[in-house]
Amino acid sequence: MHLGVSESMRECEYSQISTRSSTPMETPYKKRTPKKRKWEAFPGRNKFYCDGRIMMAKQTGVFYLTLVLILVTCGLFFTFDCPFLALQLTPIIPVIGGVLFLFVLGTLLRTSFSDPGVLPRATPDEAADLERQIDVANGGTGYRPPPRTKEVVINGQTVKLKYCFTCKIFRPPRASHCSLCDNCVERFDHHCPWVGNCVGRRNYRFFYMFILSLSFLTIFIFAFAITHIILLAVSHRSGFLNALKDSPASVLEVVVCFFSVWSIVGLSGFHTYLISSNQTTNEDIKGSWSSKRGKDNYNPYSHGNIFTNCCAALCGPLPPSLIDRRGFIQSDAPQLAPPTNGITMYGATQSQQSHM
Amino acid sequence: MPVFLLSSKFHNLQELRHSASLVTKVFIQRDYSEGTVCRFQTKFPSELDNRIERTLLEETVKTLNSYYAEAEKIGGQSYLEGCLACATAYIIFLCMETRYEKVLRKISGYIQEQNEKIYAPRGLLLTDPIERGMRVLEISLFEDRGSGGSSPSSSMSSGSSAR
Repeated sequence: MHLGVSESMRECEYSQISTRSSTPMETPYKKRTPKKRKWEAFPGRNKFYCDGRIMMAKQTGVFYLTLVLILVTCGLFFTFDCPFLALQLTPIIPVIGGVLFLFVLGTLLRTSFSDPGVLPRATPDEAADLERQIDVANGGTGYRPPPRTKEVVINGQTVKLKYCFTCKIFRPPRASHCSLCDNCVERFDHHCPWVGNCVGRRNYRFFYMFILSLSFLTIFIFAFAITHIILLAVSHRSGFLNALKDSPASVLEVVVCFFSVWSIVGLSGFHTYLISSNQTTNEDIKGSWSSKRGKDNYNPYSHGNIFTNCCAALCGPLPPSLIDRRGFIQSDAPQLAPPTNGITMYGATQSQQSHM
Repeated sequence: MPVFLLSSKFHNLQELRHSASLVTKVFIQRDYSEGTVCRFQTKFPSELDNRIERTLLEETVKTLNSYYAEAEKIGGQSYLEGCLACATAYIIFLCMETRYEKVLRKISGYIQEQNEKIYAPRGLLLTDPIERGMRVLEISLFEDRGSGGSSPSSSMSSGSSAR
């Protein structure tokens, strides 16, 4: 139980025995408490499933509605329309429908379940350091500090970086704080209740692929449900109304698809425009790079041509999640003393290091 | 009470925190002048003036910046990865490691190597930016507990209270 401290720190040779130092802040050592994963202590308003593998927003009711709509409509299509169409026209129709359906489902689940690019909140040391810097910048006076912003010049455009009071960081360019999820998200596009998650840097391409493939699927089902009804009316010569009575599922599909197609195709078109000009929904709504703001206002993130912008958004590298949901919380990480105490020596307590 | 007997160099590095005491942390912030690409400022923090040579830290930061630029590069390989992933409805991401993750592992190894060779002998410790959400490059300053003479950090202890 003795402390042998090596004298020189220049050589990386320590032959010492370190024991737990008893500081007043030391928590009692629990022998066999199960280690908590970081998602369990996540400060934002997100819901986690499958032990941290799945991450969604708090309100997921509309997501289940989306899922039910897609599953029911496709289910009806495959059950009632496809046998008829496969026989009458070609069996390729259910195959294409199946591929589209799987792609839509895959991209929807990817969008909904993945981390959109949440920025973890600042550690207390970082926050204190930033506060110090801001105080120095303000001149040290305590009264009425001006709004915390930092200006940075990106490709010739002056961009204001705002300080987030919740996350205690200066938000990177294009990041925004989602009030529903209570997180700062990188390259924040919008919070989509239909997918039950924010759309940000890490899941934007999945979102775009989802709405694009859903547009195709909706048009596909719409077209072939109508084809089914028309073929029934023509071939059985029983009249249009009887054809509708014979295949009520097709009628339901046509109605659902008719009302969805406008919004979904419209949304796909809108996002295609956003991708080609490398803007986010957030920036477009605010008119950040609109020429109406000023003659010299332009988008500094655009690569110049539509093709490069599209490739960058859809085929660019996918950054990993910054929040490490499934990592274990390291208790007793050494922290700095509060600055008012002057010199304080902290004995670091034993930390369970799970080295990355 | 648990007892650590330090035998390997790796553990020496990690046990730096146990033998020495943490004086302060210096944060190197992100440099956004080139957009949202991950880059750290190469400006030398004044708190490290008498702890490490400027060129060494600048070299480390520049190498890290080049690694991140490589990870985020939009070019042939990233297009291939993106198109392949799209064609498989992104299922391939469940099995394959992305290029970004590969580069992050390289960065992790590089930082560990730098810590062992350059920073730990000077009583400093770099924290991998990924553990701080890529916001900052955190440099922890340590001072040998009990001994004030051997390391030049004795001037630091008086400096830290002035802040």
